[in-house]
Amino acid sequence: MTYLPKGLPEPVTEADQLDKPYWDGTRAGKLMVQRCKSCHGFQWGPEWICHSCRSWDLEWVEVKGRGKIWTWTRCWHPVHPALKERGPYIAVLVELPEAGNIRMLGNLLGDAAQSVTIGAEVEAVFEPHDDAATPYTLVQWRTV
Amino acid sequence: MSERTLRGKVAIVGVGETTYYKHSMSPDPEFVLAIKAILAACDDAGVDPTEIDSFASYANDRNDPSRISAALGCRELRVSNMQWGGGGGGASAAVGNAAAAIMSGQADIAVVYRALAQGQFQRFGRAAGAGTVSGDNALAHPYGIFVPAQRYALKIMRFMHEHGVRQEALRAIAMASYHHAQSNPRAIMYRRPLTEQMYDDSRWIAEPNHLFDCCQENDGAAALVLVSAERAKDFRHKPAYLLASAQGSDHRNAARGFNAPDFASSSFGPVAPHLWNMAKLAPQDVDVLQSYENFTGGVLMSMVEHGFFTGEEANDFCRLENFLTTGKLPLNTSGGNLAECYMHGLELQIEAVRQLRGQSTAQVAGAKVAGVIAGPMVTPVSTMVLGTEETL
Repeated sequence: MTYLPKGLPEPVTEADQLDKPYWDGTRAGKLMVQRCKSCHGFQWGPEWICHSCRSWDLEWVEVKGRGKIWTWTRCWHPVHPALKERGPYIAVLVELPEAGNIRMLGNLLGDAAQSVTIGAEVEAVFEPHDDAATPYTLVQWRTV
Repeated sequence: MSERTLRGKVAIVGVGETTYYKHSMSPDPEFVLAIKAILAACDDAGVDPTEIDSFASYANDRNDPSRISAALGCRELRVSNMQWGGGGGGASAAVGNAAAAIMSGQADIAVVYRALAQGQFQRFGRAAGAGTVSGDNALAHPYGIFVPAQRYALKIMRFMHEHGVRQEALRAIAMASYHHAQSNPRAIMYRRPLTEQMYDDSRWIAEPNHLFDCCQENDGAAALVLVSAERAKDFRHKPAYLLASAQGSDHRNAARGFNAPDFASSSFGPVAPHLWNMAKLAPQDVDVLQSYENFTGGVLMSMVEHGFFTGEEANDFCRLENFLTTGKLPLNTSGGNLAECYMHGLELQIEAVRQLRGQSTAQVAGAKVAGVIAGPMVTPVSTMVLGTEETL
């Protein structure tokens, strides 16, 4: 059971493979992000160079799937044909204090009518889509 | 070293537009719309279209200056300029770019234009079908976040949270545009007034965006004719002089995956100070403001980042009476993107010129300085100030 219905675009690794470790990580239930080996800053989304110190030496590290809701929206208008029967759904942008306050977008699991509080603590939930042409896993969030 | 500035060097001497249509309702192809708007602007200025030598546009306009120049029989083609970036963020930049070309001797008569026929091409507010997605979109589309109304809701929601902004402040911005459209026969929403009740009862698109917080999508075209200040008085109308132009966005605005450091902003943080510096003016000198409404929250953040009021003052300032022609900051006096036409914002540049000529359908008495803010929340954004001869 997935939060949003089937028929939405399916994520695949970029042609240049920049984000492959992230998508591979989600399949294994791991949240992988970039960290600079030179200045040790976290970086998200993926980029070829460290924006802080211009080092090319970036590594992928696993971070804890814990964070706080930084902002959110409840979407009502079905902008995609696959969402026509879905009704409202919530997207949250989650800040990860243990990973340099990088932010990640996902859906907030549970009742779409729930009240959402900026600052509320959330944890990552890995949502596999095993029957996709190229199986993938999304990172969703639920309040703790 | 002499001061590097565009202040007072270039003037807008002609403005024109096609009939504005609901999206997909244009009887003309997009290229025909572009040509019609340019001819209307030439006619307004009293310029022979064959004398146009340069073109500037934005948002990947599909109508190539070389083809326009050939179709109009222009004697020569000099500058063809396209401002990078999607959305309407480039509308004031296109004017600035054309002005820079004129000032630097690369152009003599330049046209700024934008044409849209969304029936012929794809709409902005609707997502494409299935298939796969990669890169930055792979971090958004699978979660149902596709279109600007959703993506920018995230910025607006955070800004409202940080500054305690209430929904009524957004409502007042929507009300101002609809109010002004009621006196503008060109406006799509002419004779279709909006009440507070209608706003409150309207459906959510993506919270905090109600239906009436979101721009229309339309078909049409708009154009402006620019010449150097030296020649500005040779034309039919009172010139509108460019006092300042600024474009760009804040630090790492395009950081991937919604990670811009100042994410909850209209992108004007460092841009607006450049504008006021070049204009040698302050926000309180502005008599009338056109501020691009993709979403009302973007208008609010733009006004804050331009220094018209602070985030904490937004609830007090954003009241309909302050935005009327007799108010503290007359706003979107043609009806703007919400209620005149979503001409990707270029109708706002035209309205600023009409205000300075005294030709608006919601005229601000004695308007001498007009601001035009383009496409908040995208990157790059742009902004400009126009003035009458007495402001030079």
